[in-house]
Amino acid sequence: MNSSQLFGITTLAYLLASMLYIAIFVFRAKKLGLAATSVTVAAFLIQTTAIGLRWYESYNLPGYGPEAGHAPLSNMYESLVFFSWCIAIFYLWLELKFKNRLIGAFAVPFAFLSMALASLTSDAIRPLVPALQSNWLIAHVITCFVGYAAFAVACGLGIMYLIREGSDTSNKNSLINTLPEPRIIDDITHKTMVFGFIWLSAGIITGAIWANSAWGTYWSWDPKETWSLITWFIYALALHARFVKGWGGKRIAWLAILGFISVVFTYYGVNYLLSGLHSYGS
Amino acid sequence: MNIKKIWDSLASVKLTLFVLISLALASIIGTLIPQNQPEIDYIRQYGDSLTRMFKILDFTDMYSSWWFTGLLLLFSINLIVCTIDRLPNVIRLITTDNLNTDRQRIAKMAQRHTIETVRPEEIALLNVQEAMSGHGWKTEQATLEDGGKILFSQKGAWTRLGPYIVHISILIIFIGAVIGSFFGYKGSVYIPETTSVNKIYEFGTNRPIPLGFEVRCDNFRLSRYKDGSPSEYRSDLTVIDNGKEVLSKSIVVNDPLDYKGFTFYQSSYDSQRRFLVKLKNNTTNTGRSFIVNPGQQVSWPGTNINFGIINLSGPDALGAYRFKIWFTDNKGEPSIFWVENETDAVITRSDTDYLFTTKEHYATGLQVARDPGVWPVYIGCMLMIFGLYVAFFLSHRRIWAYITKEDSKTLVILGGLSNKNKIGFENDFTTIVEALDKKENTTSSKE
Repeated sequence: MNSSQLFGITTLAYLLASMLYIAIFVFRAKKLGLAATSVTVAAFLIQTTAIGLRWYESYNLPGYGPEAGHAPLSNMYESLVFFSWCIAIFYLWLELKFKNRLIGAFAVPFAFLSMALASLTSDAIRPLVPALQSNWLIAHVITCFVGYAAFAVACGLGIMYLIREGSDTSNKNSLINTLPEPRIIDDITHKTMVFGFIWLSAGIITGAIWANSAWGTYWSWDPKETWSLITWFIYALALHARFVKGWGGKRIAWLAILGFISVVFTYYGVNYLLSGLHSYGS
Repeated sequence: MNIKKIWDSLASVKLTLFVLISLALASIIGTLIPQNQPEIDYIRQYGDSLTRMFKILDFTDMYSSWWFTGLLLLFSINLIVCTIDRLPNVIRLITTDNLNTDRQRIAKMAQRHTIETVRPEEIALLNVQEAMSGHGWKTEQATLEDGGKILFSQKGAWTRLGPYIVHISILIIFIGAVIGSFFGYKGSVYIPETTSVNKIYEFGTNRPIPLGFEVRCDNFRLSRYKDGSPSEYRSDLTVIDNGKEVLSKSIVVNDPLDYKGFTFYQSSYDSQRRFLVKLKNNTTNTGRSFIVNPGQQVSWPGTNINFGIINLSGPDALGAYRFKIWFTDNKGEPSIFWVENETDAVITRSDTDYLFTTKEHYATGLQVARDPGVWPVYIGCMLMIFGLYVAFFLSHRRIWAYITKEDSKTLVILGGLSNKNKIGFENDFTTIVEALDKKENTTSSKE
């Protein structure tokens, strides 16, 4: 069994978990709850094992010495896997905290999509180029992706809010009304965005410190840096609008979605559409 | 009145939202239009008239344009004015006399609980005090005008400063950036192995900047993985200040050398298909380095030695050469032999042995920065994370107890407020109520 096969199983397990969570919502099949959670936990554990295994495999690359070994956080494939892992653990924590499985239908599909996207990317383990040989790589990737995962979930919650709010509330038995109260979704969305914002800030800062130790410039307006800042501006705006102007509801839900679009562009779009220092991340 | 209006709009969150949106939109432009390219590239891609428009609007060097700098300035002013505007109120909230709170307010707080007891006032008060201090809430005490006693305790009042810590951290980062742009410079220099430099060349202008000391490159090594891709660029550098070797360090990417405020980063290398030969007489233990072009005869001054690289093969996938060497000391037949890259060869002559090594002669490419603004930026960054944590995760929690005699009973009204994390605070409050119930062991009524 190698890490590739385990990642394949992980992808399918997240797909299954997504379908179970969606079924819980669409068919009001509350009985499936335990199954959905179990599959997600199992997928998460398999994925964790696979990440560990891939790390171990990098020390035994055919034709390379142990100096090629490194934490599996160095390219697009590995970052997508880690992104998916962060979304899963963040969602499981939310489920535990808020005792609500309906959020799963809006969060776990992101974990699956990220793995699906990874499977379209080369999964070859490559030794690190000199620029990536730094402990800041690990700090930078972890902080960024914990933030990105929170933003992915916030986006899912934003979509959930818009579906709930847009529904006809007169029919108490309608499917949509099984979702948590808008007020509660709004509160969780906001808290998730706050959590993501701190990690994004830490991610930008660790990136700046790393850049300074590698090139002597902590900020160079490289497209990736700039887009991470644009994302930061969007969430900063959402937080100020809420704290000072009391924004909530639909506006915050839309900002959660807009913010995540910016995250996706920062993370994925920039690598393929714009050139810059992070091109080795593709 | 007018000044007041201007002040208010500079302090307003509307301006904050405007600045954040503008900065985001401007930054998008900056990532879509490549920055600081030669004019001809813009004309090729966008045509004449668009290029002219870009030039007028500074879109081709946007981040240093007057209007982008202006936006950042407006952002700073907004932060400063907003902080000056709101901070006094926040400080008032932190330092306010909470003992001066009347019964009605306490009874209406988000967290509240009323207990009736037959115990005398003093005992009831002591019980409340113990219940609170038992869970880390130190109380202050006062007597109100209506004769009731009041107890107050709070935690994390200072956390109300969280957002302002974040705002100030951004300003500190900006100050660092400004210091860097006025007093710092960035440049680069190539140092061929075995030689030294005493100046670097500024980016963009190519202006030479004197270092005030010398940096010598003793050795550069490019290591490769098995597949030929680079695994490490390493330069052995020595700093020579006032003619003395003061510092030696082997630098790689991500691990630079610092000396007197200048930092030298490994960034690239250059090879001119010349070779560095190191030769040592094993008897006299004297040695010397030579920079050699293939096919050229080289003499060691003061000796009878002549040598040259008469043939070479390579480089192979790992970048290594093999060399065919011709060597004579005018004592007998010349030695002719093949030698591997960077491998010692012993040349046995009639009276002594020579140690011979050769490798490609590189120049190491260094990026050099002097930025006295880095520390303010780093301090600002740390402060920002701390401030965000305080602003979002720590809360100002306050608990009041009002104790009064009513008819033959004693009435205890507990009230609590928290500016964030209401659920967490509810738990705190309940803990105290439960502790008090235990002490009182009387019927209590939740309102």
